[in-house]
Amino acid sequence: MMTATDVLANAPAQLLPARELMAFTLASHIMLVPFGVALPFITLLMHYRGLRKADPAALLLARRWSAVMAVQFAVGIITGTVLSFEFGLLWPGMMGRWGDVFGLGFGVEAWAFFLEAILIAIYLYGWRRLKPWTHFWLGVPLPLTALLGAFGIIAANSWMNTPQGFALDSTGNPVNVDVRSAVFTPMFGPEYWHFVVAMFLTAGYVVAGVYAVGWLRGRRDRYHRLGFCVPFTVAAILTPVQFMVGDATARAVFHKQPVKFAAMEIVWNTDTHVPEYMFGRLQEDGSIKGGLKIPQLDSILAGFSPSTQVTGLTSVAASDRPTTTQATIAHWAFDIMVTIAGLLILLALWYGWCWLRRRDLPRSRWFFRCAAVAGAASLLTVECGWITTEVGRQPWIVYQNMRVSDAVTPTHATSLWTMFGIVVVVYVLVFGAFLGVVLAMRRRWRLADVGFAHPLGGAPETDTPYGPRPELTTAGPKPAPPAEPGTGRAPGGPE
Amino acid sequence: MTADIVAWVLLLAVVAYACGGGVDYGAGFWDLLAGGADRGKRPRWLIDHAMAPVWEVNNVWLIFVLVIMWTGFPVFFQTVFTALWLPLALAAVGLVLRGAGFALRKPTRRLSERRIYGAVFAVSSLLTPFFLGAAVGAVASGRVAPGTTASADVWASTTSVLAGLLTVAATAFLGATFLTVDASRFDAPDLVGYFRLRVWVSLAVLGALALIGLAVTHQHTSHVYQGLTHGIGLVLVIVAAVAAAATGGLVAGPAAGWARYTSVASVALVVAAWGLAMRPYLVPTSLTVQEAAGADATLQWLMIVSLVALVLIGPALVMLYRLDTHGVLEPLTDKDIEE
Ligand code: HDD
Ligand code: HEM
Ligand code: HEM
Repeated sequence: MMTATDVLANAPAQLLPARELMAFTLASHIMLVPFGVALPFITLLMHYRGLRKADPAALLLARRWSAVMAVQFAVGIITGTVLSFEFGLLWPGMMGRWGDVFGLGFGVEAWAFFLEAILIAIYLYGWRRLKPWTHFWLGVPLPLTALLGAFGIIAANSWMNTPQGFALDSTGNPVNVDVRSAVFTPMFGPEYWHFVVAMFLTAGYVVAGVYAVGWLRGRRDRYHRLGFCVPFTVAAILTPVQFMVGDATARAVFHKQPVKFAAMEIVWNTDTHVPEYMFGRLQEDGSIKGGLKIPQLDSILAGFSPSTQVTGLTSVAASDRPTTTQATIAHWAFDIMVTIAGLLILLALWYGWCWLRRRDLPRSRWFFRCAAVAGAASLLTVECGWITTEVGRQPWIVYQNMRVSDAVTPTHATSLWTMFGIVVVVYVLVFGAFLGVVLAMRRRWRLADVGFAHPLGGAPETDTPYGPRPELTTAGPKPAPPAEPGTGRAPGGPE
Repeated sequence: MTADIVAWVLLLAVVAYACGGGVDYGAGFWDLLAGGADRGKRPRWLIDHAMAPVWEVNNVWLIFVLVIMWTGFPVFFQTVFTALWLPLALAAVGLVLRGAGFALRKPTRRLSERRIYGAVFAVSSLLTPFFLGAAVGAVASGRVAPGTTASADVWASTTSVLAGLLTVAATAFLGATFLTVDASRFDAPDLVGYFRLRVWVSLAVLGALALIGLAVTHQHTSHVYQGLTHGIGLVLVIVAAVAAAATGGLVAGPAAGWARYTSVASVALVVAAWGLAMRPYLVPTSLTVQEAAGADATLQWLMIVSLVALVLIGPALVMLYRLDTHGVLEPLTDKDIEE
């Protein structure tokens, strides 16, 4: 039997940098995806409310969110474009052999993005001159295009997990491609719905978190209340849904990718009455260090009965399964995902409870503290979910059909490491600048809010949002009525 | 048959990216040469306004090109991305810097930061089309073949470098033409003359490079050279040259709006002529369209997908460009989001 070190020693030198680069760029892109997919929806909800109830605070929120969307969308697009290049730069072997089998999903994705880019441009730049309802309705297809884009990506990814829709000829090349069955693979359904719910949930918690922080700092006006409630309600409703969908996803993995499931649950030998380990580390000899052992539970979760047989890692040769380190990584990622999901459910219940009892937000500061970190926790969960999916599939890039090491580019490892270094530096700068820009916007808005005595109280919103076109000037007119230090916070000097 | 149709779709997508993306790269090019913060203030203001609503859309053409490449012609994709690793990797980094620079410059207030973002945007607007063009040139030169691994002599040849320079010049030409028209649209008469001059300069450079190109490609790319200097390829090249010259005339006259169409036509025709000259190869002279083609079923679906794209995206795109050129699209002002 080969040991893990043998497997690694056989791998080409460029494999490691290629994997690191792919993982890094994907992990970065995926941080923006929840907003690309779900922020338009949440913004449109707020927009609708604003128009329907002629609510200036809601319209202001929707406008501000779309200002953030403009920047976020751009960064999402460029990091996504890099991924497309990387398919060729890092994994030409995979694309060369399998491109025509699973690539079509990306075709759907491409035209979905196209529509999304067009509609988002109209939405973002239409605030001033389009008729209010026309503007709103032109934005309405946006969430649909986002769902369609996700369809393409997840179709491709679930195909890598459970490839089908082709036969192999004598040289191992795919023939008789059946596109439909290559798109709708067994993992597609569970993965897609789990993913979509994750995106809406994450975007909801992140946006609500911003206003939870404001709430904690004593800004408890209607504006902050709305900014918190609308996204938080969306996320809170979805949290228990996600728990159930996730459970179904895990069982789908159990049936369709048994070795991945073994890695997620660090099951060494195929057996019944398998215990569940919370965390813990898998050793080379199959024993487990640390962690919390719950007897029988894994079998029960997988098949609703302690006598369910669970496939172990040793059911396949060492070269065909994740190494013990990879299994441990997938296991931890999975456990973190589930743990956070459980905590989020508690948070959602807290919110639901207070709402049912008092029709009001919880009063405890602890609730808002938790809500403030829920966004970051969801983002972490999303990362963990992808690590579970991708690391758990190792060493396959196309499950049981192509190894990652066969897909990798022949380009020299040095070039790849150099590229990796450059990309890390560029991404750190770009994401840093992106955060900086968003935070600067927020600071400006806060100053502006403080500057007006009761900015959103009684006074009707001026006619700007859908109002006349002002002169085009290089710098927009700066609204600077004499500042009144309303909440007692010293308004810092504008930059 | 299906493979041929999909190859045409691929060529169309390349044409669309060359024109749509080209205008944007060109705007970035002139941003780079606009001078210091004071002197360059007005042209940069125009560039910002002209590009903002549409650059993301123009970028998607590139995604389309890549998707059609790997789904329709997997071996072609593999070959190109293996052999031309370096220029394509640099182009990818350039794309990131360019998009980020542009997107972040707008909402930034501090002059020093705006300068940095602007510089990043402008420099990468020059480098990205250069490397993309160099990659195209390398494919045309016949130095790429299935199995070729990445090395500098694949693409650091005269043909590649010239193709890169030609691409940059073409984007500058497109950018200047559109900005000339935009200047009158945004009521900035001083900038009309400013960019008109740049149309003429880039046109002259473009012509010179094209002549040099024809002289040197003779040795390196005999297949493509043959296609460009004979038959239908030659006709297209001549019409393209006429269209380019017409652009130079139109920007000076009262019907400057038409210059946009002629400039796009000239670039589109050159790219089309190049595509025709490549026939029947995707990689001359080692990989034909038929050899590179993916599975039949996939190609048929790819045609359906492209058709749906055309039906859905065509009207949306027309609407976007119409709204944009009619001045309906306008960024939110600070006032809108601050009060
Ligand atoms: C906020 C986000 C979030 C939350 C609360 C959860 N997940 Fe998740 N999970 C994801 C976000 C996510 C994800 C990032 O969206 C993934 C990555 C791949 C995918 O399709 O969804 C994912 C993947 C993923 C996979 C791997 C699928 C595969 O390999 O094909 C499993 C087994 C689970 N999840 C199971 C769960 C369970 C049992 C959860 C709770 C009890 C749970 N997830 C909560
Ligand atoms: C269909 C397109 C995809 C391809 C071709 C692909 C390919 C790969 C490859 C080759 C790796 C390196 C494997 C390794 O670690 O050894 C990887 C890792 C990874 N991928 Fe995927 N992937 C795809 C989809 C996705 C998606 C959509 C995501 C989510 C954004 C994702 C998330 C990850 C993560 C987080 C890793 C890191 C795993 C690690 O650290 O090892 N992947 N992917
Ligand atoms: C293999 C992994 C991935 C690849 C190759 C990829 C590719 C891309 C590309 C090329 C773009 C830019 C499109 C454009 O120019 O308009 C993009 C942006 C985007 N991607 Fe990804 N993507 C990946 C992972 C994901 C995942 C998992 C999702 C989830 C649905 C996703 C959703 C989006 C969205 C919504 C955008 C639009 C930009 C935004 O809203 O931020 N991507 N992606």
